[in-house]
Amino acid sequence: MNSSASRQNGADGAQDPDRQRRLSVLAKAPAETLLSRWAVLRLDPPVDVLRGPESGLVALQGRMGGGGQPFHVGEMSATRVTVRLGSGHVGHALIAGRDARKAKLVAVIDALALDPVHAEAIERKIVAPLEAEAQQADAALRAETAATKVNFFTMVRGED
Amino acid sequence: MYVAVKGGEAAIANAHKLLAARRRGDRQVPALTLEQIAGQLALAVDRVMGEGSLYDPELAALAVKQARGDLIEAVFLLRAYRTTLPRFGHSEPVDTGKMVVERRISAVYKDLPGGQLLGPTFDYTHRLLDPDLAGDQPCEPPAAETDSGEPITRVSDILSSEGLIEDDPVSDPSAPVADITRNPTEYPMGRDGRLQTLARGDEGFLLALAYSTQRGYARSHPFVGEIRIGEVDVEVMMPELGFAVTIGRIKLTECQMVNQFKGSSKAPPQFTRGYGLVFGQAERKAMAMSLCDRALRATELGEDIVAPAQDEEFVLSHCDNVQATGFVEHLKLPHYVDFQAELDLVRRMRAEHAAREDADGFQTGDTREAAE
Repeated sequence: MNSSASRQNGADGAQDPDRQRRLSVLAKAPAETLLSRWAVLRLDPPVDVLRGPESGLVALQGRMGGGGQPFHVGEMSATRVTVRLGSGHVGHALIAGRDARKAKLVAVIDALALDPVHAEAIERKIVAPLEAEAQQADAALRAETAATKVNFFTMVRGED
Repeated sequence: MYVAVKGGEAAIANAHKLLAARRRGDRQVPALTLEQIAGQLALAVDRVMGEGSLYDPELAALAVKQARGDLIEAVFLLRAYRTTLPRFGHSEPVDTGKMVVERRISAVYKDLPGGQLLGPTFDYTHRLLDPDLAGDQPCEPPAAETDSGEPITRVSDILSSEGLIEDDPVSDPSAPVADITRNPTEYPMGRDGRLQTLARGDEGFLLALAYSTQRGYARSHPFVGEIRIGEVDVEVMMPELGFAVTIGRIKLTECQMVNQFKGSSKAPPQFTRGYGLVFGQAERKAMAMSLCDRALRATELGEDIVAPAQDEEFVLSHCDNVQATGFVEHLKLPHYVDFQAELDLVRRMRAEHAAREDADGFQTGDTREAAE
């Protein structure tokens, strides 16, 4: 990969917290929600699919005792795709499940977000709301779980 | 001489047509949707994912439907499907400490950080059939209360801070992780390979073995340190980008079994542990797995191997229900030639036996009839 491609790819550093967060939020979003958020932007960039969409497996690891040496718990289905936009930006997606359409959309959004022209809108109209919704869903689940928390009390018998 | 026998083709085609019709059942009744199966028979779907060793609720629901509810057949379908897919790589080890917990209980500490969270459990139900469920009665929404935000600390972390329980350290981060789906099985197997085998093992088989340890066959005096069920993020390193991203969430059940202590002249006595980690909500399986894991650590912990649950070759080579059903069920396939050969052999042996009896008959004339 030459240096200009590397810059467009955004993969010039080992860490890119914004992109990491973006890809994670997009991957976890339900396909229909993602699609409706995307529709709001009214963008239809020309897309070259460089790789995939390809369905496959990811071997899932856990840790012995929860924190020890890793072991394989099983596998999960996953789909990956790489796209290049007319602007030359390359986007990647790796998502759980077999939804090729969602994977491609994630890659397109990833590539668009590398373009300063679209970055802000994608953050504001897609990523931030999806993240907030995911947090709300977690909060709702936690609240339902909290209602099943046992509040022990001690029965006091006798006078003293 | 080998004689090829043909002629089953039409019968097989019609049998499969009949199967499809029986599977569909009464046409007056609407067909089941995958959403209904995944949503309302969720624990069956979880079991199929766990034993099929493939996390994909939609495919597992399809397998349950296609198998007419025969869960071992559904597991088989899922296993067959996974062999058709390429493997992209492996995840980072999931962090169950960061789980979005739906249920968490401990049988060893009453008051522990995060508390006892019962979640959607069958426990404390009266196990009386509920006629209301026969119809489509409206269902009350679940109660909700403010979450305290208190971290739900793993019980093993609480106990290990005092050194009372054996640690489960990352002893060698660079060590390769066993993979029974890639490498031929060899015994003795490391604990990583054993846990992988148990995680996809048949719930019934592991449950029975776990039960046997409680009844005295390799007793280990277990306590449920903790069971937690909930969702964890799955992170995968993307080589194109050079960092790991979350690709989705999966539901897991984790069981930390705390077992009888062990000490030596060098180490002070401390509790030992068994571990279970299973796809979906699968509490019974996770408990059985952790009891079997602990029993299979006999050699490592210097215990005598006296019971089936401690015999790793016995446990690990028989716990896979796809392998087991393959070998047991193959018996129903045509064995006409094998059986013909055995028939010939028995006839010959009987003839020889009769000839011997005839020869002896001159001395003891009354035994021949009994022999036949």
